[in-house]
Amino acid sequence: MFTKIRTWGPALALISPTILLLGIFVYGLIAQNVQISMTNQHTSLPRADFVGLDNYFRLFGDADFQHSLRNLLLLTVVFLAGTLILGFLWAWILERPDFGEGFFRSVYLFPMAVSFIASGVVWRWLLSSLQTDQPGGERTTGLNRLLESIGLGFLQNSWWSDPNWGVAAIAVPAIWQLSGYVMALFLAGFRGIPDELREAARIDGCSEWKLYRHVIFPQLSPVMLSAVIIIGHMSLKLFDLIRAIVPDANTYDIQVPATMMWVKYIGSDYADSAAIGTIMLILVALVVVPYLVYTSRQEKR
Amino acid sequence: MATSTVPPPVEVSTPRAPARSSGRQKINRTLKYALLLVFVVIVLIPAYVLFITSFKGPADADPSTAWLLPTTWETAGWAKAWETLAPALGRTFALVIPASIISAMLGSMNGFVLSRWRFPYANVVFTLILFGMFIPYQAVMIPLTQLMQGLNIPNGIPSLLVLHIVYGLPICTLIFRNYYESVPSELIEAARMDGAGLLRTYASVILPVSAPGFVVVLIWQFTSAWNDYLFAAFFSSGSNGPVTIALSFLAGGQLTDYAASMAGALIASLPTLIVYIILGKYFVGGLMSGSVKG
Repeated sequence: MFTKIRTWGPALALISPTILLLGIFVYGLIAQNVQISMTNQHTSLPRADFVGLDNYFRLFGDADFQHSLRNLLLLTVVFLAGTLILGFLWAWILERPDFGEGFFRSVYLFPMAVSFIASGVVWRWLLSSLQTDQPGGERTTGLNRLLESIGLGFLQNSWWSDPNWGVAAIAVPAIWQLSGYVMALFLAGFRGIPDELREAARIDGCSEWKLYRHVIFPQLSPVMLSAVIIIGHMSLKLFDLIRAIVPDANTYDIQVPATMMWVKYIGSDYADSAAIGTIMLILVALVVVPYLVYTSRQEKR
Repeated sequence: MATSTVPPPVEVSTPRAPARSSGRQKINRTLKYALLLVFVVIVLIPAYVLFITSFKGPADADPSTAWLLPTTWETAGWAKAWETLAPALGRTFALVIPASIISAMLGSMNGFVLSRWRFPYANVVFTLILFGMFIPYQAVMIPLTQLMQGLNIPNGIPSLLVLHIVYGLPICTLIFRNYYESVPSELIEAARMDGAGLLRTYASVILPVSAPGFVVVLIWQFTSAWNDYLFAAFFSSGSNGPVTIALSFLAGGQLTDYAASMAGALIASLPTLIVYIILGKYFVGGLMSGSVKG
């Protein structure tokens, strides 16, 4: 026993600062946040009585918050579909080394190096809602102007300025930014498939399409799962991009929990802000915890 | 560890079927490159707009020429953007460089312990650490603002430095842990046999082979701290915040000077873009670790 402690004692000592810091800054603060969310601290005055789950019930009954959850769902679905389709397509085309493959990979991946705040500057301009065939349309810029001038004017739309579908337009820059990442994940997946598997299938007389359909694609499902988890949890947290594209944080059309949490914070409604934070945590945990458990089980094998 | 269940390779040399329809292959290849180039154009559209708009002056304000090159290349936007962002750029470097180095060092020690010098429940500890990487920071933000006030850490760079180090620990630990899994355990056993303790083993066996891991982690931390806006929004202001905050003030508001804000976006992105262009391989390495399994 003593010798065992002598071997792992120092190891524990070395990692203890991290355990301590994350214990406080992650787990301690989550607990405190839950506690704040159960008080009536709705102003900057430090008055806080325990009110149980009242804030949560009120939020879930609130039309604005329901709208933000619906927006979040729509954003996530479009964001996921877009990045998975594009990322997969790019990886599939670039899977086998060919002339210029590295160049295309680098170009598709470069948006990942840019901050949402910086790309938001240009996307705000690209997604401006004026349309050429509307009053004041001569001031139209952005994608609507481009679509008009290449003869696709009928595709013009108001982008994010729409209470029902506006938030889907926010997914466009998000897809632009992260499809390259999904491509890189899938490329790593393709590379991990041993050549022998392809050869064996070819010897068995598999056609190229059948080889992909029945041999290669099924091997990629763990990569697909990773991609869904990563993009899904990014979507749940998306904040910077929306703030950069839509100047007014209060804008109803694009409200999601992350922006609403900020609005409540600015308005000193700390209890509601904390409650929204907790709801976001639960949403993310629903996605991530099963995944973490799954991967740690896989590693044990 | 994933064990390969693939049967051992059979040495069969089947000569590839001779290109029967080389004409069709040519068409396929042309189509492939056409498609790839269309995507390149689409992906680069925002970069094009940023570039041309940043050089436009009042003479090019007409929206009908919005997508065309500037008639006269003006640098007023760049001058204004530089003037606004320069102090914030300095602050961001002063924040991001120490934050990356400190969290990389801590991450390296954690990764070593968690992969090569295990202790009871190391896997549980690791999973609990990892979870910190996925949480939405909104779920700790309100008490975090109180905690930082309580600790008397001033808003601006000092607060952000602490936050980027602490919340960067999970990913740094993960990357190093995965990286050290590839260090042969014989090396560590040999060091142990020679009576080397934990720290000696770390310093003499692990650190010397850690350079690639450090490059990946430093790039990752540099990029994510540089591009952070969420913490910056809660813990700094225009006068003491990093470049993302300064840029959002420059570009925000209803009446935007698009030449200046687009020049600003380019200036603010330049450091991370340069890192990406020079060290792209390692950048991708960091991205891959984000997928837990790597």
